[in-house]
Amino acid sequence: MADKFFVAHAPHMRKNESIAGIMWRVNLALIPSGLVALFIFGPSALWVVLSSVLAAAGTEALIQKARGQKVTVCDGSAFMTGLLLAYNLPAHCPLWVAAVGSIFAIAIAKQAFGGLGRNIFNPALAGRAFLMAAWPKYMTTFTKPFVYDAVTQATPLSLIKEGKASGVVDLGLSYWDLLIGNRGGALGEVCILALLLGGVYLLYKGIISWHTPVSYVATVAVFMWAFGSPDGFGRGDALFQVLSGGLVLGAFFMATDYVTSPVTKKGQVIFGVCCGLLTGVIRRWGGYPEGVCYSILIMNAAAPLIDRFVQKRRYGASR
Amino acid sequence: MVRIEEHKHLTENKPIEQAALPRRVVIPLVQHLGKRLDRVFVKAQDHVRRGDCLATSDKGVFAPVHASISGTVKQVADFPHPVFGFCRAIEIESDGKDEAAESMKPRTAGEIASLTAADIRTIVFESGIVGLGGATFPTHIKLAPARPIKDFIVNGAECEPYLTADSRLMIERSLQIIEGVKLVARTIQPENVFIAIEDNKPQAIRRMKEAAGSLGWHVVVLKTAYPQGGEKQVIKSCLRREVPPGKLPFDIGVLVQNVGTVFAVYEAVYFRKPLYERVMTVSGACLENPKNLLARLGTPVKDLLEQCGPMTREPKRIIMGGPMMGIAQFTPEAPVIKGTSGILALDEDEEKEQEESFCVRCGQCVENCPIGLNPGLIALAIAKGRLDLAQEYGIMDCIECGLCAYLCPGRRHIVQAIKAAKIKIRKGKTT
Repeated sequence: MADKFFVAHAPHMRKNESIAGIMWRVNLALIPSGLVALFIFGPSALWVVLSSVLAAAGTEALIQKARGQKVTVCDGSAFMTGLLLAYNLPAHCPLWVAAVGSIFAIAIAKQAFGGLGRNIFNPALAGRAFLMAAWPKYMTTFTKPFVYDAVTQATPLSLIKEGKASGVVDLGLSYWDLLIGNRGGALGEVCILALLLGGVYLLYKGIISWHTPVSYVATVAVFMWAFGSPDGFGRGDALFQVLSGGLVLGAFFMATDYVTSPVTKKGQVIFGVCCGLLTGVIRRWGGYPEGVCYSILIMNAAAPLIDRFVQKRRYGASR
Repeated sequence: MVRIEEHKHLTENKPIEQAALPRRVVIPLVQHLGKRLDRVFVKAQDHVRRGDCLATSDKGVFAPVHASISGTVKQVADFPHPVFGFCRAIEIESDGKDEAAESMKPRTAGEIASLTAADIRTIVFESGIVGLGGATFPTHIKLAPARPIKDFIVNGAECEPYLTADSRLMIERSLQIIEGVKLVARTIQPENVFIAIEDNKPQAIRRMKEAAGSLGWHVVVLKTAYPQGGEKQVIKSCLRREVPPGKLPFDIGVLVQNVGTVFAVYEAVYFRKPLYERVMTVSGACLENPKNLLARLGTPVKDLLEQCGPMTREPKRIIMGGPMMGIAQFTPEAPVIKGTSGILALDEDEEKEQEESFCVRCGQCVENCPIGLNPGLIALAIAKGRLDLAQEYGIMDCIECGLCAYLCPGRRHIVQAIKAAKIKIRKGKTT
């Protein structure tokens, strides 16, 4: 036996878990939706995803190198930002748009704030918001599913916003179409079943908890049922609202981002409800057909405030 | 609280074994929470027998220490100490005879029946009994509470991974533990008695239920979760009451004693046997034959590890106690003391220790902190030199269970930073 040993404070064992492990499992959970996108929109979806992911990882590596830090691209977090940003883009958007969005997401929204764990806003959503402001045309030109060609088709939510339709029937769609992704929309948001598969996996693995996604989706459903129709209170189509746009993608994969959401479960429910209310308000009365991205970004800014006021009760403190 | 890896299967079915008689022992003058013993009764060349009192003190918080073998006192000098690094201690070389002190004669049933509460307290004090769960607070003080005790909890939760000493004790010595509980109950006269055991010890639960029989005590089966056996947690789990911050259990009329302590009370009263040996789990991935050993206090850690060998691989860390709260030893020469519930030979290395990453605010530490703190936030405040903020966030309430650092996917040294900062705060520093 040696006569000297490694001395450290307890604990002397750790759970076999790492940030990289968590990030890569989230990436894994996003894969089904990407595969379905490839099937729905054709190879161009793949090119958009690739250019976004490569730009994100490359930017992260370059900046860390330039700042003399350890390059942590392998932890999967830049990969995740690239993937999520791509999932928010139309399948036929120019590849350089995807790349620029990723560069903005990583360089400005993440690294400029100090890197992993220090960003205020979800980087992928910040990238998307930047692209919406810079090149709205590319960002809102969606393609028709199963054509594999740049035949454009508006999203169900924008048709409704423009008053060209008032519900699923007018749109010539069924709820089943919305579930499987047979509609216009961003490449990773359309297939609800694939997203739910990933979301359930993350819930099962304990990587995300139900609090944010459930409160978010439920709030949108209730709000849009109540106020969603110009015909009056309680005439809105909740199911249609939940299945359209980026709600499921946002609720399971972006509002649950650890870094930019509250740490307590109670805080996460408040966060989810507020995201839902904002999404509802934007969809119903705002200038955009869809409100998921901005709702989450606004609530990201409020997350530290929620953490400050919503804390767990301390042991022994009065109830 | 949360369920963590247990590693108890290594020893949970191994009956308690008497450890080999050590050739020499080192008896430190501090084996309790309190002041160092200043009245030493022996000097070099003195002959002592097992059970002889070696040192005590006059006033304050302390518990006397006793010889654990018979033999010759070599010297009273500074020796490695498992908690303090070095400490004044009495070294005894064995004469191989293991003679017992004359005083160690069993009491008759009549004698035991006639003992008053004060008598029992005196016996507990003279036997040097301290809390064997790890805190090592002198037991005679806990048995003289300033206000009446309504609820007495016997803590057999044993939530630390690897450790099975209490579990084996409950399985093999259930009747004796019950006698010990009766003695303590006689001293403090509680209204209710609870015996708290985690549900991962079905055998111990069964034995204790059988032994408790129709005494009207509650054998409480707790959910297995770390740190269920912490004093505050076990109180909450048994009574659904909480100890207010800065208060002690007796402030809310509760006394908690570890099963090992209660067993020591039994032995002290029935056999006039001072606390010179205890059951400890010797385990870890590096040992071929992990065991539960009844070891003499003062035995070098190395001797006990060798009895559980051979080593399957070179240990990187030697831990005294459990892996969550135990203390890493810098030398295998350190003696086992009253608070030693286990010795672990682990191969977890420093490399894994050093890959500290950023906080990604995953909330694991917040969600599971048994005290309801935000440990990650406290650690960030400490890193910024803001001990004032750390105090506002409740750092002084931290029980240092280590769950936050165990769970952290960023492998951040959360509880480690908290421990260091608490020491600074107690010294009155502000940054």
